[in-house]
Amino acid sequence: MPKEYKTPQLDELEKGPWPSFVKEIKLAAKNNEMANDVLGQLEQSYDERLGHWKHGGIVGVMGYGGGVIGRYSDLPDKYPAVSHFHTLRVNHPSGWFYTSDALRKVCDIWEKHGSGLTNMHGSTGDIVLLGTRTEKLEPVFQELAEAGFDLGGSGSDVRTPSCCVGKARCEWACYDTMKACYDITMRYQDELHRPAFPYKWKFKFAGCPNDCVASIARADCSLIGTWRDDLRIDQDEVAAYADGGLDIFNDVVLQCPAKCMRYDAEKKTLEVDNESCRRCMHCINVMPKALRPGTDTGAVFLLGSKAPILEGALLSSVMVPFVNLDDEEEFEDFCDLVDEMIDVWCEEGKARERVGEFIQRVGMGNFLEAIGLEPMPEMVAYPRDNPYIFYEMEEEEELEEA
Amino acid sequence: MAITIDRIADEMFEMVKEAQEVGKKLKPMDLQKTIKNKYDDVDKPMTKKAIKQLVDSGRLVYSYFGGTFLELPHREGAAND
Ligand code: HEM
Ligand code: HEM
Ligand code: SF4
Ligand code: SF4
Repeated sequence: MPKEYKTPQLDELEKGPWPSFVKEIKLAAKNNEMANDVLGQLEQSYDERLGHWKHGGIVGVMGYGGGVIGRYSDLPDKYPAVSHFHTLRVNHPSGWFYTSDALRKVCDIWEKHGSGLTNMHGSTGDIVLLGTRTEKLEPVFQELAEAGFDLGGSGSDVRTPSCCVGKARCEWACYDTMKACYDITMRYQDELHRPAFPYKWKFKFAGCPNDCVASIARADCSLIGTWRDDLRIDQDEVAAYADGGLDIFNDVVLQCPAKCMRYDAEKKTLEVDNESCRRCMHCINVMPKALRPGTDTGAVFLLGSKAPILEGALLSSVMVPFVNLDDEEEFEDFCDLVDEMIDVWCEEGKARERVGEFIQRVGMGNFLEAIGLEPMPEMVAYPRDNPYIFYEMEEEEELEEA
Repeated sequence: MAITIDRIADEMFEMVKEAQEVGKKLKPMDLQKTIKNKYDDVDKPMTKKAIKQLVDSGRLVYSYFGGTFLELPHREGAAND
């Protein structure tokens, strides 16, 4: 018979119309002592305003340096069931598509060996299995492997790559995000399981600039779909939106960041200056039936973003303005360039320095030179805004001599 | 004579052991850099293979303290038995 904890503070978090993790933990606690002791320890933490989890150093499965995040309770006598409470990251399938059968298998394994608590999905993208004991790690790992699952990344490694649902469900996808995500996951297996970097490295694949995986803000390596040709316009549908009451001038044209649209209210037609269009998706999002991305599609390769952990937040900046990841050869070239970047960062980066911070420290100009990439206008936000790329006096002298 | 993966692994193991005796922890990259600088005919893939051999055999284990390190297996200070 499990202990019964009074949890007045946690109970507050069950109120309201939204989902509640307290409600779910209580449900799990009916059949699982680990989940029950989580309630006890959490309530005490809320009382004392103190965390009671200790970080474990050596916790993992044989041969892997990633995938398990060690945690112990610092009140093991009071809450013995959570004396170990390690988390497993399980590599999710591209785009988070499962059969219900596969999900049941994962949950059965977890109810047998762990707390039964999951987080679908963590902000890394992985299936997060919360809370098990050290001696259970190998059995969980073996059973997950039999069910077709592998552990994901953690620590100073390639983190589990993730992508938007892409071409599986979204007609805006400018490349096959799920394939790119899968191919990168397979190619970087060694780097994913055996951490050898200064710090973490994340790949995220978004099919269009809507960036449903928020890659530009949190992936060291962001691949965001785009198009090189003209935005597709169906003028009949434009007229239909106007007739339907959409205020095209105020809600579409005036919101265009490039101010590159022209609307003829009498003829109910829309014109786009594609040379100036920034591929921001705003107009397409508002009028999906009338406007669509072009057909010469690919991805922008950006580098360097991170959420604030040690230093402040960074957004990714453009490395390659257009790469067709669906093309095998271009995909290979992309991987070679990534390898080059990782090599330079591994050689020169400091411990716990993300690649974006590394670039800030050494300067974009030096970084580009080290990886052998030519600077280009797409790399800067505004003319003369980024004073880190210099032109060489030698080049000018060579020109004068010529 | 060309250097073998076994020998690289042994040298890495000694480095970790010596560091640990004076209370220091080494990262995989520290091992790879030292070995690569020491031998002209050792490249990055060879150092990766040596580390894989060390952790697959259980001679060294990964640990995490804000970053990933390689250590001799031992009972964790934070562990609750
Ligand atoms: C009708 C007269 C002028 C106009 C319309 C004009 C306009 C401009 C504009 C628009 C810029 C900014 C370019 C950019 O954003 O990169 C600029 C830059 C500059 N102008 Fe002028 N300018 C005029 C006369 C002058 C004169 C007489 C001088 C010097 C005696 C001068 C010196 C400069 C300098 C030093 C810069 C900065 C260049 C740099 O930052 O690399 N300008 N000018
Ligand atoms: C001894 C005389 C002058 C000195 C030492 C001087 C120095 C400078 C310097 C250091 C800058 C900044 C450059 C940069 O940020 O890249 C600048 C910008 C500029 N100067 Fe001068 N300047 C002088 C005279 C003038 C004159 C006479 C004019 C116009 C008639 C002028 C117009 C400008 C303009 C337009 C800019 C650009 C501002 C911008 O970037 O937005 N300067 N000057
Ligand atoms: S990022 Fe773009 S392509 Fe991917 S799901 Fe979102 S809207 Fe669709
Ligand atoms: S995609 Fe953005 S920049 Fe391009 S026309 Fe539409 S609103 Fe303007």
